[in-house]
Amino acid sequence: MTRSLQIETADQTAIIELEGLTKRYGDMTAVDHLDLRIAKGEIFGLLGPNGAGKTTTILMMLGLTEPSSGQAKICGHDPVWEALSVKRKVGYLPDDVGFYDDRSAIDNLVYTARLNGLNKTEARERAYSLLEKTGLTDSAGKKVGTFSRGMRQRLGLADVLIKQPEVIILDEPTLGIDPEGVRELLGLISSLSRDEGLTVLLSSHHLHQVQQICDRVGIFVKGKLIAAGDIRTLSNELNQDGSVFIEIGAVSWPQGLTEQLQALDGVKEILPLESEPGSFEYPAVDGEQPRLFTIVCSYDLTPLIAETVIQSQAELIYLRRKEFGLDDIYHRFFEGRTDQ
Amino acid sequence: MKSMEAPLQQHIRNVINRFKESIRKILQKDKPAGTPRERSSVSSLRIMIGKEIGDHIYSWRFVILIGIILLACIGSIYGAVSAIRGGSLDNNTGGDEFLFLRMFTLTSTSLSIPSFTTFLSWMGPLIGIALGFDAVNSERNKGTLGRLLSQPIYRDDFIIAKFMAALFLIFVVVFSLGFLVMGLSLFTIGYPPTPEEFIRIVMFLFIAVIYIGFWLNLSILFSIRFRQAATSALSSIAVWLFFTIFYSMIIGLVNSATAVPQTADVSAQLRQMNLVLMLNRLSPTELFSETITTLLTPGIRSLGPLTMDQLVGAISSPLSLGQSLLLVWPQLTCLIAATMVCFGISYALFMRQEVRSRA
Repeated sequence: MTRSLQIETADQTAIIELEGLTKRYGDMTAVDHLDLRIAKGEIFGLLGPNGAGKTTTILMMLGLTEPSSGQAKICGHDPVWEALSVKRKVGYLPDDVGFYDDRSAIDNLVYTARLNGLNKTEARERAYSLLEKTGLTDSAGKKVGTFSRGMRQRLGLADVLIKQPEVIILDEPTLGIDPEGVRELLGLISSLSRDEGLTVLLSSHHLHQVQQICDRVGIFVKGKLIAAGDIRTLSNELNQDGSVFIEIGAVSWPQGLTEQLQALDGVKEILPLESEPGSFEYPAVDGEQPRLFTIVCSYDLTPLIAETVIQSQAELIYLRRKEFGLDDIYHRFFEGRTDQ
Repeated sequence: MKSMEAPLQQHIRNVINRFKESIRKILQKDKPAGTPRERSSVSSLRIMIGKEIGDHIYSWRFVILIGIILLACIGSIYGAVSAIRGGSLDNNTGGDEFLFLRMFTLTSTSLSIPSFTTFLSWMGPLIGIALGFDAVNSERNKGTLGRLLSQPIYRDDFIIAKFMAALFLIFVVVFSLGFLVMGLSLFTIGYPPTPEEFIRIVMFLFIAVIYIGFWLNLSILFSIRFRQAATSALSSIAVWLFFTIFYSMIIGLVNSATAVPQTADVSAQLRQMNLVLMLNRLSPTELFSETITTLLTPGIRSLGPLTMDQLVGAISSPLSLGQSLLLVWPQLTCLIAATMVCFGISYALFMRQEVRSRA
């Protein structure tokens, strides 16, 4: 893929810069010439299926794994040479964060704070204020072993923040948390990023969650970053010929309407709208299942289509101009990959 | 899945960085105390050691082990005291000399309680193994390793902290037990030790720490190598059992297989004896027992075979402290070397391992 992935961030200084970052394990290439720039204060979502090399990339950024070739610069430091300087400024929340289960939440936090050079009183103060921020004040003295998954994850966030980092890296932060917990956690992350000017890099394979809070996403497949940008950019990139997709649903669909629509100027194609398993089913009207179509047009024909349908005596119940969501983007890019 | 040379390079860089930092620190000495962020890694090592010691002390297995060892220690004193009272000293040639040391080595004939030294050489390895067998793999399995190593600490500090904390505890346990035995002996036999005896006992305790340190390192090594704590505990215990029980049986087998007839000439018999001795000394348990018997029984003047020729003209008196030390110097060196080798291997292995949470 030769498409340039350098996104215009000239007005802001890049806090994370990866250049040709590569990691090989024997014959397998886990990360393949990764170039990425993340600006200060940005929330960047690294999207990709399991085993795409997201964690390896993160470990290389922290200096916990040495890259086979290429270079990373975090806050101006090379993690290979100055691992300690990088680790002072970067907070990392592993995908399966562990705590000392037989110690209390506050003890765990104080230990991390002390390792970051704070003295005992400072460490305790900061730990308490972070527990308050993450809503764990009531559980401060409880052993972490009794915590639920969501609480652990919030404690993990407090643990990451206690060193007052400039960058936080979250590896699959929403894994295994219930929807409400996810909403709270993501809200917490985005408000922290906004309030304290933190740069956030989060990896995930949950598209919708990432979509909610990320300024920019990068799609990462088999060690390669195949696309990066905000969701609108990606959406445009996907739909390069500028086609407009209109979804339409109607009951008592008369004969010949399809042909009539097909004959309209600018209509390219009419496809039956395949509903994805588990997605919203349009309810039957008067015992009749509505017929759903996607009409591909070269420009926006929504009013004309609506008029045509109504004139044909069909009952129009659903009309929508489709925007590409992350799901589609993700799906399309994957399809593109497998075709090659 | 591991690239071999890369982590080594990384480590060399770490060492260089460390060196650079220490130089920088020396250069900035007259600056006022820096902000917390600029603190040295020495303090984080200290914090980690402190935390490890706390973890050990509060853990149930440590309490149980101490309980067992304390009971054993009291039992052995009781045995020694009753042996002294029973007059078994008369059977020994040493007479009343070094009576205090006898408290550590004497076993009662009527009560089948082993002596304190035997207890220590039996139970010591168990303390070492108990403190080390899950040092690294439990952190890895709990997912704390990745979190810990993403803090600004050097990677080797982690393994050093694990080792130092456990060694410190072993040191405290062994010395307090040793002094406890000394105190109780004073109390029961009312016969104070001479300075030489005292030094001998302190050295014996120190060597016991090194010996237990060897088992600690071995179990840390297994805890790095094996991902399951149970596997590493079992392998450590297997090695311990092998050396304490089976090794001498195997040596016996080898001895009887290669035995030379009684009528063979002296050089052939000597060769045979030296071979068996050599094989025996491959075991750290044997090295330890040779060292402590020599130190605590000044009457021992050689650990190998002695011919009658060599004994001609020798004055029948106990060895001085320096001479006893000289006699066990090779054994002591071997023990320290074995400990260092184990630590070196675990260090290298750990630096090369990939840090992944629960991988």
